[in-house]
Amino acid sequence: MRITAIALNTFKETIRDRILYLLLFFAASTIIFSRFLALITVGDRVKIIKDVGLASLSLFGALMAIVIGTQLVYKEIDKKTIFTLLSKPIHRYQFLLGKFLGLALTLLIMLLLMSLIFLVLVFLHTSKIDWNLLIAIYLIFLELLLITSVAILFSCFSTPILSSIFSLSFYLVGHLSWGLETLIQKIKAGPQRVLAQILYLLVPDLENFNVKTEIVHGLPLSSQFFLFTTLYGVFYTLFVLTIAFLIFRKRDFI
Amino acid sequence: MATVLKIEDLHKSFKTGFLLRKKKILKGISLTVEEGQIFGYLGPNGAGKTTTLKCILGLLFPEKGKIELFGLPHLSLRAKERIGFLPENPYFYEHLTASEFLNFYGELSLKKKKDIAARVKELLHLVGLEPWANMPLRKFSRGMLQRIGFAQSLFNEPSLVLLDEPLGGLDPLGRKEMRDIIARLKQEGKTVFLSSHILQDIEMICDRVAIIINGQIHSQGTLHDLVSEKILFTEIILSGLKSNELKSLGERFSYLGEKTLLKVFEEDKIDTIIDLVQKKNGKIHSLIPRTQTLEDLFVGMVKKG
Repeated sequence: MRITAIALNTFKETIRDRILYLLLFFAASTIIFSRFLALITVGDRVKIIKDVGLASLSLFGALMAIVIGTQLVYKEIDKKTIFTLLSKPIHRYQFLLGKFLGLALTLLIMLLLMSLIFLVLVFLHTSKIDWNLLIAIYLIFLELLLITSVAILFSCFSTPILSSIFSLSFYLVGHLSWGLETLIQKIKAGPQRVLAQILYLLVPDLENFNVKTEIVHGLPLSSQFFLFTTLYGVFYTLFVLTIAFLIFRKRDFI
Repeated sequence: MATVLKIEDLHKSFKTGFLLRKKKILKGISLTVEEGQIFGYLGPNGAGKTTTLKCILGLLFPEKGKIELFGLPHLSLRAKERIGFLPENPYFYEHLTASEFLNFYGELSLKKKKDIAARVKELLHLVGLEPWANMPLRKFSRGMLQRIGFAQSLFNEPSLVLLDEPLGGLDPLGRKEMRDIIARLKQEGKTVFLSSHILQDIEMICDRVAIIINGQIHSQGTLHDLVSEKILFTEIILSGLKSNELKSLGERFSYLGEKTLLKVFEEDKIDTIIDLVQKKNGKIHSLIPRTQTLEDLFVGMVKKG
């Protein structure tokens, strides 16, 4: 009940944020623009639309999560609304979880809106519905949940600008860390390889959630991969939220 | 009478500046608030009033000391269910309307949906905000925010209401209304903890007072105990007498036109003055004995502290 109340209030607050609609506008523009990119492409034009469309869902979804998520807790502290809120009979973890769920709901709705534009565009071009795209969209949502938790974690102790930089770095590093996997295979066995392996364990691998190539080219996806990625997303998100809670639990609100 | 709030040896410091030097804000605060009292927590700006309140509410973690609410540890939810809090300069969600806001806070206080709607109406009526129930808080004036803040603090019908500068920033009429509400809370048997630097308010409504200066409590007790009823001096405004005739009788201040203000410290001199005025055909315009006020006590303490 109390978590739901906070989540719904957060949802109301974030869904009324104008910056969300600005990002939605850019996302829609990019998706529609992919139709023009397809015109100047040699080969399969649908693939370009799908590729650019999915990439913009991921990018603009992440930007929404970061821009709003990094403000979420900070704003409550800065505007002092947290004083009265925490004087009510609620635990601090309930507050944080409510904030997370509220933003997750907002992101879900935004992702569905963007997906609708994207799927309609694909349908207009191919006259059939490609259900496999929904798998890719589901994995993007998992990725957005993880990024939201990271944004909230930074928001617990840092200003929105710094938190945005940190979260954006997390997103970029996460999408480039697969290079480390290749590197591990290339370097000789020894301490340098162990070092690379440890580094690879520590940094997030957001490419797990990226199945653009497989979906666009119609390659098979094993159910094992599907399960692994879901568990990876859920546990990583819970892990980050736990750290956020541990920081938030002992924080003084001056 | 049951003890509602008990604080023992509370210490809190903050790290400030680039070098993160420790600055002590509370240096061993101890106080008790009994059931049904209006307890005034008085101190100059920066004395540690808000810090104490935030420690009670669990917004700050003290380094040392113990806080009990209704005999329970102050962080327990069962204790929190029985308190209400109005912060200084309340800030609330600007995107919500007055009734949406109260609804939200009602849900946090764990009430049934049906009860919440009824209580929202009741509270909006109590603080006189019914006509603005559907206006977003963004458009509220300071006084209106203070009222809606008051309403949220009373949502769960708390046994203890903690108010941080509740009358600050209100016009005279608003202040009177707030004072009336606080007095009504007392009639209903609730306990009120009121922090303020405005002496008048405390003097008017509080039963018990603690004076905090520089993180320490300097004095604590009922108003009656703290402020002596002994007449300190008598102020006489008179006319028709020459200034050299009054020289030895008291401290003389010039006043409007022919009138003179005389501050007389010895009581037996008052009769002498009255006789003198009658003899010289002068006139006494007013004669007011002045007892010690909370202000005198407070100013004296702050200067010492």
